[in-house]
Amino acid sequence: MPSPDPADHQLSDAPSPLDQTALDAAVDAALTAVAGADDLDALKAVRTVHTGDRSPLALANRAIGTLAPADKAAAGKLLGPRRGRVAQAIAQRQTALEAERAQRVLVEESVDVTLPVDRRPRGARHPLETLQERIADFFVAMGWEIAEGPELETEWFNFDALNFGPDHPARQMQDTFYVRGAGAGDDTSSNLVLRTHTSPVQARTLLQRDLPVYIACPGKVFRTDALDATHTPVFHQVEGLAVDKGLTMAHLKGTLDHFAKAMFGPEARTRLRPSFFPFTEPSAEMDLWFPQKKGGPGWIEWGGCGMVNPNVLRSVGIDPDVYTGFAFGMGIERTLMLRHGIADMHDMVEGDVRFTSQFGMEI
Amino acid sequence: MPYVVTEWLAEHVELPEGLTAEQLAADLVRVGLEEEGIHGAQVTGPVVVGKVVAMTPEQQKNGKTINWCQVDVGSHNATDDSGNPVPRGIVCGAHNFTVGDEVVVALPGAVLPGPFPIASRKTYGHVSDGMICSARELGLGQDHAGIIVLEQHGYSAELGHDVTPGTDAIALLGIGEQVLEINVTPDRGYCFSYRGVAREFAHSTGASFTDRGLESSLAAPLPSATPDGFPVEVADAAPVHGVVGCDRFVTRVVRGIDPQAASPAWMQRRLTQSGMRPISLVVDVSNYVMLDLGQPTHCYDLAKVAAPLVVRRAAAGERLTTLDDADRALDPEDLLITDSPALADGEEGTRVLGIAGVMGGASSEVSVTTTDVLVEAAHFDPVSVARTARRHRLASEAAKRFERGVDPRLAAVAAQRVVDLLVELGGGAVDAAVSDLDRTAEAPAPVVRLALDEPARLTGVDYPQERVRALLAEIGCTVVDAVVDAGGDAGVLEVTPPSWRPDLVDAASLVEEVARLDGYDAIPSILPSAPAGTGLTAGQQARRSLARALAEAGLVEVLSYPFVAPAQHDDLLLPEDDPRRVAVSLVNPLSDEQHEMRTNLLGTLLATARRNVGRGITDLAVFETGLVTRPRVGAPAAPSLPGGSRPSDADLAALAAALPDQPRHVAGVLAGELEPSGWWGAGRRAEWSDAVALARLVADTLRVDVVVTADADHRPWHPGRCARLALADGTVVGHAGELHPQVVENLGLPARAVAFELDVDALVGAAPAVPVAATPVSAFPLAKEDVALVVDADVPAADVEAAVVRGAGDLLEELRLFDVFTGAQVGAGKKSLAFSLRLRAADRTLTADETAAVRDRVVAAAAEAVGATLRS
Repeated sequence: MPSPDPADHQLSDAPSPLDQTALDAAVDAALTAVAGADDLDALKAVRTVHTGDRSPLALANRAIGTLAPADKAAAGKLLGPRRGRVAQAIAQRQTALEAERAQRVLVEESVDVTLPVDRRPRGARHPLETLQERIADFFVAMGWEIAEGPELETEWFNFDALNFGPDHPARQMQDTFYVRGAGAGDDTSSNLVLRTHTSPVQARTLLQRDLPVYIACPGKVFRTDALDATHTPVFHQVEGLAVDKGLTMAHLKGTLDHFAKAMFGPEARTRLRPSFFPFTEPSAEMDLWFPQKKGGPGWIEWGGCGMVNPNVLRSVGIDPDVYTGFAFGMGIERTLMLRHGIADMHDMVEGDVRFTSQFGMEI
Repeated sequence: MPYVVTEWLAEHVELPEGLTAEQLAADLVRVGLEEEGIHGAQVTGPVVVGKVVAMTPEQQKNGKTINWCQVDVGSHNATDDSGNPVPRGIVCGAHNFTVGDEVVVALPGAVLPGPFPIASRKTYGHVSDGMICSARELGLGQDHAGIIVLEQHGYSAELGHDVTPGTDAIALLGIGEQVLEINVTPDRGYCFSYRGVAREFAHSTGASFTDRGLESSLAAPLPSATPDGFPVEVADAAPVHGVVGCDRFVTRVVRGIDPQAASPAWMQRRLTQSGMRPISLVVDVSNYVMLDLGQPTHCYDLAKVAAPLVVRRAAAGERLTTLDDADRALDPEDLLITDSPALADGEEGTRVLGIAGVMGGASSEVSVTTTDVLVEAAHFDPVSVARTARRHRLASEAAKRFERGVDPRLAAVAAQRVVDLLVELGGGAVDAAVSDLDRTAEAPAPVVRLALDEPARLTGVDYPQERVRALLAEIGCTVVDAVVDAGGDAGVLEVTPPSWRPDLVDAASLVEEVARLDGYDAIPSILPSAPAGTGLTAGQQARRSLARALAEAGLVEVLSYPFVAPAQHDDLLLPEDDPRRVAVSLVNPLSDEQHEMRTNLLGTLLATARRNVGRGITDLAVFETGLVTRPRVGAPAAPSLPGGSRPSDADLAALAAALPDQPRHVAGVLAGELEPSGWWGAGRRAEWSDAVALARLVADTLRVDVVVTADADHRPWHPGRCARLALADGTVVGHAGELHPQVVENLGLPARAVAFELDVDALVGAAPAVPVAATPVSAFPLAKEDVALVVDADVPAADVEAAVVRGAGDLLEELRLFDVFTGAQVGAGKKSLAFSLRLRAADRTLTADETAAVRDRVVAAAAEAVGATLRS
């Protein structure tokens, strides 16, 4: 700490406040005190003692006023630079100490940034919904449009328009939920069903839209399968339909290959196998080359497809000799299970938030 | 679905040496016969021929007598103390054999069907070092009356079999084979037979195929019908779709069959491996020929049948006990086989023998005393059989084949095969009398015209013309070039499909045959260019936006099944006359209780919420979007219309009118802490306002203005905490708020759970089609005014706010209700609502006088509208 009263002492001993030796001593004392001030409060005290009203330098300054005019200039020349040196030292010290203090505050204010911060729990989209949107985006990017239809459907759209005759064995393959009629009897026929596939949207679209038609339809479908690890009575399909002049199975295969790559990466491709669906002829099962298959890459059944049966085109008033078309459909649950390694259907359908939350907003 | 036993298939088509079930599956799938499964060899390990060298009957305490046998198993023999081979000691409970017989011995380490592993074990005071096997124990049929004595089962050195002790019996009996099960699509009924599968194998591999369904494959020509053949009449008074139910009916008679004769081991094995149970020689032969050729046949006990047989529809009230012992009420559309015990009284067809093509009756069934049989091989209308099988839930092997289409030319050949086997295996003699009612020529196979460029038009593969002709010929079609008359098209084929392919009815079906035989792998991959589209519709965009908004607000999206029990309406406290109680009901629900389709989303979403709560997730925020079904009362049934031609506009309108409304809804449920407690302090539980805020968020996301009012009468919500959301025109679009405490209790949800449900379609329909009209942003200074208004406590805040907005006019930039106060200072039955107004003009700085004037107008407007006074 600087001595509190050296100036007073000097003042009482010295014959004149403007004595050069005394002034130099006061300046030295001030500079020493400034250099020794290690915080802003100390500096403030130093400033009061060495530059305050009763400090030697202030007294010297006042003494100049008492000098004869002829002596004033010399005295000012003697005192001015000395006061300036002290003032400058104090200002420099002030700046340095302020910077030091700012630095210290930042350190003192630091927090543990690893504390949990999830005050607002995050929501999530169901991956089946997100995947349907991504699929829609894929088809929209090719210029296709997204069509829709009712889930509770007339038998005509679900079956007859698709070339399933009333007594065709295939109509029984579908494990259909039938809707009770409004009439008195228990089994009054309503001729309504829960759609067993998204294919009725084919007929609806072709009745509503002008040709050519390129549409995809993701949606919910229903079969009377009890829920187990690989079956669910309510599931989702995506239907694709293109009707135009000059379309062939080669275009079907091209579309499927492109779609498979979009869903499963550049190594994915598809294979067609002969099969049967009433609403396509020729018909095919579509296998997917799945590089991430458990136990090594291999083929996995992905869906059904084919060239639109001429009877379907006739059912909606289109001349099959002029137009051809292709159609395909695949299960979205299966696609999701393959893509994300989901082993059990229960997880997707039970509505447990822990399942959905894994996926967030994007898949 | 059919099983394919490889060595049986080899009787129809040349198979490569050592063909595995896997390779067979790979070959068949290329032509469209998918693998359903490969059933492993049922018997593994050491199962060998043994010769019984000694047997000692030993009476047991339990009354049974067992045989302590010494059996020579050749190289598998045991060794005595000096190291010399000695026969194995085996305990056997059967008595149908004697010393010197060759038998089948399962040695320790073998595994028999069950699986039943064999080991040395101590039993009846001996160590039994293996087991002497019965047919059933080896999976060779049901015979468990005794063990297999090889000679009695047709295996002997005289017949060229190696029955030396120690010989591998698995190979000898053919029981080590894997069996392929295939899936046959409904268009390929002919593949429900070895004949059909063999043909497809030949198509896939080019192997040499012998069609054993053709007369030419028989050793002798088929006999023609004789005048004394068993009389048969077809009297179909009510053909389905005008098709007479039976167009072919062949009968043969075999007499003097040994009723004790069993079918041979090889036949029992083939039947068992094909998934059928051996029963008796006559039944086994009939089933064997069906599996072999695809033609169902039926054998009647000739003694129990009275001529003539009459094929007719059932009469109302008739009943029949079928072979499965079910007593069935017959439908007038059922086609029957009947006979005529009352012929003397001039009545024919009075007794029902069976349901044609589906199942025989018990009364004329062959039995253990049957020596003479009447063999029936017929062809029935697929539609008639399909309907009857469905009506009686009788998916018999015969019905499966008839409803998919049996080759109408096959009946006589199949009958001959049955006859031959009964004669050969049962010691019977065939009558020369044959009846063959044949009307198949009345409906000749259609001729399909196929332009030679049609395969390329549909597949994109330019098949050479000769290739098209050859492939069609290979599947059995007759192919001729169409006569090009004046103006006729060149390059058109006239194709007559074979009798076993009723599915080939048009050019496209022939193209499929060409493409499938040539191989789908030959089809190139070309991405088509669709014309430019217009992207997602506004509604599709809107749905994405609202789902994303809710997820970003912290809700987790879930999906629930739409099936509900009517009791759920009670849980939700819906009044008796609530329209949400009017639901569509399913004929065949998965659960008898949950037979209705949901009319609102909340019911199923609350069930999902409860499941989560049950799993310990008690802080919950979930939402779902989906369709609900709202039937229109009095809506007509949908018309039944045929496919293949466009319905009239009136018919299409009738289809549309029959469909229930299926609007898309969105619903959300919040329970427990919305914001969790943590190191930062206490959390915040979800409350009614969160539900209303989310409902408003949905509306705002879709740019729809909604009016919120209180609704005391809308369950499942709390009567005092339910907001009704409506469009400007008054259309109600949904509700939000706290759930009724009774509902929360009924559903076992955390207390004070809140929820919302909105009609998305109604909101999307109300969304403005025009873009947002931008208002310029004013850079002039902001003026703030606070106004506290005192109103009666029951005045809705929304009404006060509306008055404030009206009073403030254009200068109001933002309004916030920052305090609601009740207490002595404002008086009993009153409340104070404090609003902060942010005022700004577009073109000037507001003066103090102007802002004061706004304040005065606000107070005046509120006073006029809701009786408000300025709080002093």
